[in-house]
Amino acid sequence: MIRVSGLTKQFGDFQALAEIDLEIPEGSLTALLGPSGSGKSTLLRIIAGLETPDGGRVEIDGADATGVPPQRRGIGFVFQHYAAFKHMTVYDNVAFGLKIRKTPKADTQRRVDELLGIVGLAGYSARYPSQLSGGQRQRMALARALAVEPRVLLLDEPFGALDATVREELRQWLRRLHDEVGVTTVLVTHDQQEAMDVADRLVVLNGGRIEQIGTPREIYERPATPFTMGFLGPTADLGGEVVRPHDITLSREPVSGGHEAMVRRVHYLGFEVRVELELAEGGSVFVQITRRELAELELHDGDVIWARSETLRAPEPRPPAGAEQVS
Amino acid sequence: MIVPSWARLSLRTFVLIYLAILLLAPVGLIFYRTFEPGLGAVWDSITTPEAKSAFWLTIKITLIAVPLNTIFGVLLALILERKQFRGKALLNTIIDLPFAISPVVIGLSLLLVYSINEPVGGWLADRGIRVMFSMPGMVLATMFVIVPFVVREVAPVLDEVGDEQEQAAATLGASGWQSFWRITLPSIRWGVAYGVVLSTARAIGEFGAVSVVSGKLVGKTQTLTLLVGERYGNFDVHGAYVASGLLALIALVTLLAMTLINPRREHA
Repeated sequence: MIRVSGLTKQFGDFQALAEIDLEIPEGSLTALLGPSGSGKSTLLRIIAGLETPDGGRVEIDGADATGVPPQRRGIGFVFQHYAAFKHMTVYDNVAFGLKIRKTPKADTQRRVDELLGIVGLAGYSARYPSQLSGGQRQRMALARALAVEPRVLLLDEPFGALDATVREELRQWLRRLHDEVGVTTVLVTHDQQEAMDVADRLVVLNGGRIEQIGTPREIYERPATPFTMGFLGPTADLGGEVVRPHDITLSREPVSGGHEAMVRRVHYLGFEVRVELELAEGGSVFVQITRRELAELELHDGDVIWARSETLRAPEPRPPAGAEQVS
Repeated sequence: MIVPSWARLSLRTFVLIYLAILLLAPVGLIFYRTFEPGLGAVWDSITTPEAKSAFWLTIKITLIAVPLNTIFGVLLALILERKQFRGKALLNTIIDLPFAISPVVIGLSLLLVYSINEPVGGWLADRGIRVMFSMPGMVLATMFVIVPFVVREVAPVLDEVGDEQEQAAATLGASGWQSFWRITLPSIRWGVAYGVVLSTARAIGEFGAVSVVSGKLVGKTQTLTLLVGERYGNFDVHGAYVASGLLALIALVTLLAMTLINPRREHA
């Protein structure tokens, strides 16, 4: 378990982190999610000991780690650009931490072979990083980080340098790996879809502060702040009420709580349809409906209809165990 | 840029003629003149006691100055690239000082510090250490002259490699020392090698600074370059050619080493 309290960090005039309090439960896969400059990477690097905080405390497994150098924190770290040891083979890369710990050769060999098997690089031990693809390099970096059996695994935008298909594939793979190995994992990303897909807990950061902590579903359906609402997906302003475009239903007859609007244009986007409405009270809004709904409504440009928000709420979250929200 | 073929051809011819007149002809002539009187005469000329002494002194000075400068240069490059501190720009300028100052001036300035009539030189002389007109002074002069060569080769490589690999090594448990030997040094090795070759060539060829601090004691503080100067001054022209030929040979070996290292350096 990682506990962070009162963490602050300043770079010149820039406040990277402002009084961060956070608990990361044992065995979880937590994503630190936020736009660039939100402090998510700084927070991760402070947990790793690669950056020193101006104030506050970091605890790993109940022990104060604030002044402990990265070498003795029991962490594994994966960098966005792999940080592969270019002059070493895949085998030597993965074995590096074990050799530093003077692990017996036979044990090192067994552990490295096992890990290369897990990350799907079994036949690649004699290759050099320059002979691997980006995805393979990142899997090698993961094996290298896991070789020393870290108490926590920290990943800084690990898929950021990969193309979309590989990214999605590695995401699924990381999720399965986490379920198998079970090590407490913290992942930094600016991609909300990636965070929701892979993590079981999200920490949304903005401007060096935590906006919200919760499961992907809680955060998507019950965003605590306008920032979280906007960052996790598209929004529509329906007469002052900010909702998701897919939470608006349309009807041909006036309905209570409905807003009168005129269909300006219907956009076909494959499996979904976007309807651009001009509200009678002023302003325009995009509504997302299915092809079936469109067929039932028989909408045409210029039709007058009524739009009403019907947000599907997640059940009220249980009081989070020890993880209070800081805004 | 599109250049007509006749222009391209004459451009190439011009460059080749320029290089031939300026570089190849004089160096080629040195070898020609060296071997003109026959191999026996060459052998006699390079096996005189003062020639042997000059050769070994040059080697000794180089073997002391270059390794020390290599350690210092790598350290300096690490400080410049990995640390933030005040006065970094100033330090960067100071490193290039030997490029800008004439070697003779460097020799004279060393004389000003280490001459036995000056406080520092006198203090050392009282303790039995004679710097001027002996080998320590010549090593100092050589080291002064070659200061920029390793730093300026290694620093850009360090910059390009970045410090992420070192950070990764730290998270895997490597101490600073382990990280230097296992990660940093292997990544900059070709830059270091290139710096060593360049500074070796410069150390062997140094004349001005060494000339001032050596006292030119024949058989004692005379290096190969000083021997060339002395023989030429004494109208022993063939002797001067032979010693120059030896220097030029060392230079060619250096050039060969550079050619072998350079492609690796660029692909590292």
